Parts: sequence; C-alpha cells; structure tokens
Amino acid sequence: MAAIDGPAAASPPREAAFGWTHVLHEWVATVDHKKLGIMYITSGIVFFAIAGLEAAVMRYQLAFPDNDAISPEVFNRLFTMHGTSMVFLVGMPIIIGFGNYLIPLMIGARDMAFPRLNAWGFWMFLFGGLLLYFSYFGSSGLYGAGSAPDVGWFAYTPLSGKAFSRGNATDYWILGILISGFGSLSGAVNMITTALTMRCKGMTLGRMPLFVWMMIVVSFLMLIALPPLTAAQVMLLFDRYLGARFFDTQAGGDAVLWQHFFWFFGHPEVYILIIPGFAYASEIIPVFSRKVIFGYAVMVAATVSIGFVACAVWAHHMFAVGMGKGVNIWFSTITMVVGVPTGIKIFNWIATMYGGKIRFRVPMLFCIAFLIQFLVAGLTGIMLAAVPFDWQLTDSYFVVAHFHYVLIGGLLFTIFAAVYYWFPKMTGLMLSERLGRLHFWLFLIGFQMTFTTMHVQGLLGMPRRIYTYPADRGWEIWNLITSLGVVAQGAGVLCFLAAIVWAFRRREPAGDDPWDAWTLEWSTSSPPPEYNFAELPEVRSRRPLWDLKHPEDPDWKYE
Amino acid sequence: MTPPSIFDPHSTPAHVIVDYTTLVLAVCGVIFAIVTGLIVYSIVRFRARPDDDGREPPQVYGSNRIELAWTIIPVLIVIVLGLTTARTILALQKNVPPPGSLAVTAIGHQWWWEFHYPEYGITTANELHIPVSDPQAPRPTFFDLKSDDVIHSFWVPQLSGKTDLIPNRENHLWVEPRTPGVYVGQCAEFCGTQHANMLLRVVVQPPEEFEAWVRAQQKPAAVAESASLGRAIFERTACVNCHTVRGTPADGRFGPDLTHLMSRTTLGAGVAPNDLPTLREWVAHPDSLKPGVRMPAMQLESEQIDHVVDYLVTLE
Repeated sequence: MAAIDGPAAASPPREAAFGWTHVLHEWVATVDHKKLGIMYITSGIVFFAIAGLEAAVMRYQLAFPDNDAISPEVFNRLFTMHGTSMVFLVGMPIIIGFGNYLIPLMIGARDMAFPRLNAWGFWMFLFGGLLLYFSYFGSSGLYGAGSAPDVGWFAYTPLSGKAFSRGNATDYWILGILISGFGSLSGAVNMITTALTMRCKGMTLGRMPLFVWMMIVVSFLMLIALPPLTAAQVMLLFDRYLGARFFDTQAGGDAVLWQHFFWFFGHPEVYILIIPGFAYASEIIPVFSRKVIFGYAVMVAATVSIGFVACAVWAHHMFAVGMGKGVNIWFSTITMVVGVPTGIKIFNWIATMYGGKIRFRVPMLFCIAFLIQFLVAGLTGIMLAAVPFDWQLTDSYFVVAHFHYVLIGGLLFTIFAAVYYWFPKMTGLMLSERLGRLHFWLFLIGFQMTFTTMHVQGLLGMPRRIYTYPADRGWEIWNLITSLGVVAQGAGVLCFLAAIVWAFRRREPAGDDPWDAWTLEWSTSSPPPEYNFAELPEVRSRRPLWDLKHPEDPDWKYE
Repeated sequence: MTPPSIFDPHSTPAHVIVDYTTLVLAVCGVIFAIVTGLIVYSIVRFRARPDDDGREPPQVYGSNRIELAWTIIPVLIVIVLGLTTARTILALQKNVPPPGSLAVTAIGHQWWWEFHYPEYGITTANELHIPVSDPQAPRPTFFDLKSDDVIHSFWVPQLSGKTDLIPNRENHLWVEPRTPGVYVGQCAEFCGTQHANMLLRVVVQPPEEFEAWVRAQQKPAAVAESASLGRAIFERTACVNCHTVRGTPADGRFGPDLTHLMSRTTLGAGVAPNDLPTLREWVAHPDSLKPGVRMPAMQLESEQIDHVVDYLVTLE
C-alpha cells in the first residue's frame, strides 16, 4: 500500500497539506532511503525498549531464589518474546536501517536501487513485529490456551508442535517472524544491488568504505540463511494444521531435523547481527584515531571468509543432541577456525589505533568497550566450541552470558556508537556529550554486572530458561548481582533517550562534518537533501574527504 | 550444600573435562591478557594530548608481513586446540557400554525423570541410585537416554556433561563416580511450563549399600492392613491410571512408580521435600506446589485425602 502511494511523497506537497497529517503522510508514504532508514532504526529502538523491559521483569523474578513474583507460564512467554524481539525486531531492523541510510550516501548514490521494495520491506518488518505482539491480545481465548508464544526463540520441536503447544501462540511466532523475514530479504536484495550497481564515478569495489563491504557480506548471509528458516516455519505450520509429519515425533517425525534447519539459519544470523557491528567500528575507530584503517584488503578478506565459514558451523549449537564423534570434531574445529579471521579484525583495529591520536568522544568510548567485550565473547566462543567443555556449558547460563556478550557487548555497544556518530548527519543536531558519557559509563557498569556474573552461574550448574531455582545451590548472590546490573543498564538507556530528546530541544547544529571524517556521507549537508548530492561525487581513493582536506598528501598515491 | 560446580567433579567424564578445560582456559587467558594489554597500551600511549598541534598522525595503510603473522599464530593455536579436542571427544563419547557396567534407562517426561534398571527389574523416579566405581573392580553406569514427549537434557555437572533425551532417538551417557554422595542436577533443555522444576538427584553409594537399596526396591509394595481404606480409595480413583504400585492392581505408566514412594526424599521431581504435610498438600493440590504439573487434583474429600496419604506413607 505504502509502495503504491509512494510517488506522492516525491511530488510537491499540496497546498492544503500542513500540520501533523502532512508529516504523517510524508513518513508513511515515503520511499526515501533516509526516511526509511530512520524509521527502521526508530522502530528497532522502540522494540528494544519493550524487549528490555521483558528482560527486566525476568531478572526481577530471578533476583531471589524460590521467588514467585510471576508464574512459570508468564516467565516462559517473557523469555520467548525477549529473544525473538531482540533478534528479529531489534537487531535486524537497526542493522538494515543503518545500511539503508548509509549505503547510498557512502557510495555517492541518490537512493537505493529499489526504493519501493525498500518501503515494502520496512512495512513487512513492522507489521510482522506488530503481529507477533498482537499475540498478547489476540491469541488467548480462541482455544482457551496460550497468549504470547512460550516455546523459546528457537521453538524446538516437538515442544512447538500441536501436541505440546496448543492454541495459536506458536502460530503467531511462526507468522510474525515469517512476515518480517520477507522484509529482511528484500532489504538484503536491495543493499546488494545498490552497492554493486549504483556506485559513483571512480568508486571501484576496492574503494568502497568497509561499512559497505561488510553490509554486502551481511546481505548475502541473509539471502542464504533466512529461506531455510522460512521453509522450516512453513513445514512446522503444515505439521500443526495440515497433518504433515516433518517434526511430529509421535508420528515418526524427526525432532533433530528442526534443529538443523533452525541453526542453519541461526548461526549465520549471529554473523548477520555482529558483522554490522564490525562495520560501524571499522568506520568509527579510524576517524577517532585520526588514522586510515590498517589493512583494508585484509579486513575485506576476513569479512568474506567469516561469511563463508559462518555457513558451516551451525551444528555447534547441537553438541549435546548425540551427533557422531566425527561430526562433533568437524563442527568443533571449523568453529574455532572462525576465530582466525575474527582475530585478524581485532588486531587490525588495534593497529589502526596504534600510532594515532585517539579522541575519546562518545562513539569511540563505545567502540573501545566493544573491542574488549567482543574479545571476551570470542574467547568464550572458543570455549563453547571445545566440545567436551560445551557438554558442560551448553544450555547453561554460561551460554546466555556468551551470546549477550556478542549481541550487547559487541553489537549493541557499536549500535550506540553508530547512533552517536551518525545522529548529527541524520538530524543536523549534535547529541549531548555529557549525557552520552553518562550513558556509556552507566551502561558499561550495568552490562558488566549483569553479564560477567552470568558466566559464573553457568559454571556453577545453573541451566538457562528456568523461572525459579532452589535456595541451596549457591547461585543466590550471583543472580542478585546480575539483576542489580539491570538497574544500571536501564539508567544508561534512559540517559540515551534523554540525550535524543535533549538534542531536539537544544538544537545544537552539527554542521556537515562534525567529526572531521573522510567518507562521502560527510560531504553533503546534515541532514542530507532528498536526493543526497546536488552533484554526484567522483572519487579517487577510499577516503575522498581526506583527499580534499589534504591535497598535498592524498590517499590515492598510496592505495 | 556446595554448588553443583563443573569444577568440583566427582566422576570420570567430569574429571577429564576439567583437565581438558584447564588447557582451553589457559590458552584463552593468555590471549585475553595479550590482546587487552595491546588495547590498553594503544589507548593510553596514543591518546590525543591537550597540547596537540592539530596535525594528523602518520597514515599507515597496512603491512602484509604483520597480517601474515597474526594469521599464522592463531591458525597454530586452532590446530593445537582442535587436536586436543578431537582426542578428548574420542575418549569420552561412547555408544557401547563399557565392560562390567550397570545399565540404566533414563526416560524424560514433562516434568520428571523415570529410571529403569533392566538387570534388576526395578523402576524409580527422579532420584537415581548408582554405585561407586572402584578402580580395582570398575562398575561404571551406562545410560540409555530416551524421551516420552519433548526434548529434555540430562545434566549432573559434577558427574558429567549433558546429553539430550530426544523422542524417537536413543542417546547414551556414562559416568564412573569415585566418591559417594548426593549430586544434584536438572533438565537442561527447555521442555515446557515446569522445566525449572525437573530436578535430578543422583545418590552415589558404596557397592554394598547400593545392593541393599536394589534388594529393597525389588520387593513388591508392603501393603499394611491398617491402610486398606486408603488403598481402596487410591485404586478406585484415577490415581491408578498413571501410577504403578507393584503387587497391587495399580499399574499406570504415565506418572512415577510409587511402589517405594517413601524411599525418596523429594516430591514432584525435587520441587518439595517428601514429608507428611507436603505429601498431603501434593495429593490435595499438586498445582499449588508445582504450577502447571500434569497431575490433576483428584477432588477428594478431606477425609479421603487423609486415608490416601495414610496408604502412601506405607509404601516404603
């Protein structure tokens, strides 16, 4: 619908259309990549607040042993909705949003390759997410069972089959994710096509900003990983309503088949979510170190090889399901191999900082924390890849700690960095440095309290997804610290939201290039005009603005 | 009780895993120290100074030799870790019972454990008894792991890593405990409403004690005359559809075997202690102790409940 109405946004606004209806129409009907990017990011932040509150309620329940603040049914819904939302409705839209906003600007294009598809993708994502949340109202009552989905974000069969998950809650999970998945797929097609066909004059593949390279890899991973999930979800729907028997163990189906399908999506998905974090860091760290990225070509090669290896490691989520020895050894080794290109990246970022003049502005603070936290996440990843160790660790709180280190310590920290870094470009306004620092420190302390301690619970034998635990296991103090960390994280996020609101009230102008940066998005005005560049740029190196600022020492002499 | 820490092993796979883990942790610890050191050094040494002249630092575009170095060193580490991992997997993962082992079939149910001892013809629930294995006369325990409904996972951290119980499949796990004691664990794969209260207790006993326990379990239920009223109510109601009491007509298979109910220390897969008031509450309102439990309240009169409990406590 929006796509059909799209051209209206491009035509000049009618005389009568003023006030909020005009603004609403402009945003709802838009096909502009920048508006869509901002809408993706904003809806991601809204879902982030909701899913974060879900986590806070869970931590309230788990702060004390034998607590009965919420029922097991409610708890199971909370962790299902928390995980599903954070992956599909927070991570995905935010990374696609930044890709949408930045790729055309970085490659000197006027829009994405398929603007209407772009709008369609956004609305599919949003309505998929709303459908999932509608389960809280719509799903109870029909069969007297269920409310929100409660089978966990990976919905293992046969628990998610009709026999054990009656009512419609699981159907909302299937359809909500399936629909928002179409949004991600169209976003991926769009980003690949845009980056491959719409680069400005002189921008060869080897001169694309690393951000664009990484988003291409991410987009290919989406094209590879999402269809198996969609297929498996359709199969599950067939099981539930048409008497198919793919996963129905009571009729001879295979419970493990679902796990292979799911993790064939699920593991590349981890890289889909974390590579954009690399992308933001690869733009931000050089600018605040005042140095060109160290080893551009190696960074590209490492990203591409992570993309390939990402598709061959899925069964490391399944070391406890009783696969053969050979299979276990293969998936263990190949998983450790991922550490090699990932390590290369970390070393290159450090080498970029080394010898620089590092400015500790808010985006850089988040990136430095990201470096150390992501290092920890990578090392606990090696521990989890070490199969015998994993037999102890899998499905324990150690795993919960590990993937929150990846997705919060890695991705979310860089998302915050990216928001502080590109917000001036998107709005023309600076975010408060003081609130940003407060946000950073509160969030860092809260994050460490919550997720560093979680490793300990796991090592002490606490499994994940339990709504309560007995008082005699020695887990009490650790769980209390974990829960208290949520308070600091929440305060940090409030500072973040306050910084955004304050920016619009204070209206400190950012100028075109507040960070003295080097990529093309900083050469146009803030916010950029509807068609981005009055005149399409022409580049001779990876850092066109460096060349402009340093005509005596341009990059193209060295590349 | 000490926490069921994976670093406090009392049985062979858990022991071997701790030894192997030490190597993994050491490697990771060294990497962490070096890389964090580099990061901290870089940000301290190369921070922008207040008296900065505003000129850009020298631009270094990369170095193939350095890139090669930090590719090859991690590759070597991966090779070492990969080979060690393969060796440990081959040593620990067994699909055939080791000689002289005790066979136990563990079946996962929503939300309790069923244990069969085919050699002895006994069945119990939630509290597993196994013998200590003496190095002179090894007596490991070898499990066949199955599930009756959804996927569960058997995890007693101090004895071994976890292995899933999957419907339509048969998985295996073995332990060889060295020290007597009670080791706690629980289901580690989310299996529905009461996943949190699918607790496990493993009682590791010296061989003689274990044999004595087996002999006691092999006896049919000792039905005292004094409890005949309660027994009659038990056998008249739906209790018998789900529960077995060997030596009586009760032969249901959906719930735990109650033949020697009072030999167990907990109720509802570990959710509550097995004492008289709690047992009464459990029979009257199982849902109040374990919300969502599959066992329904039988809607008996208070007096009838007293009789049923009087009968149950005779099942020693």
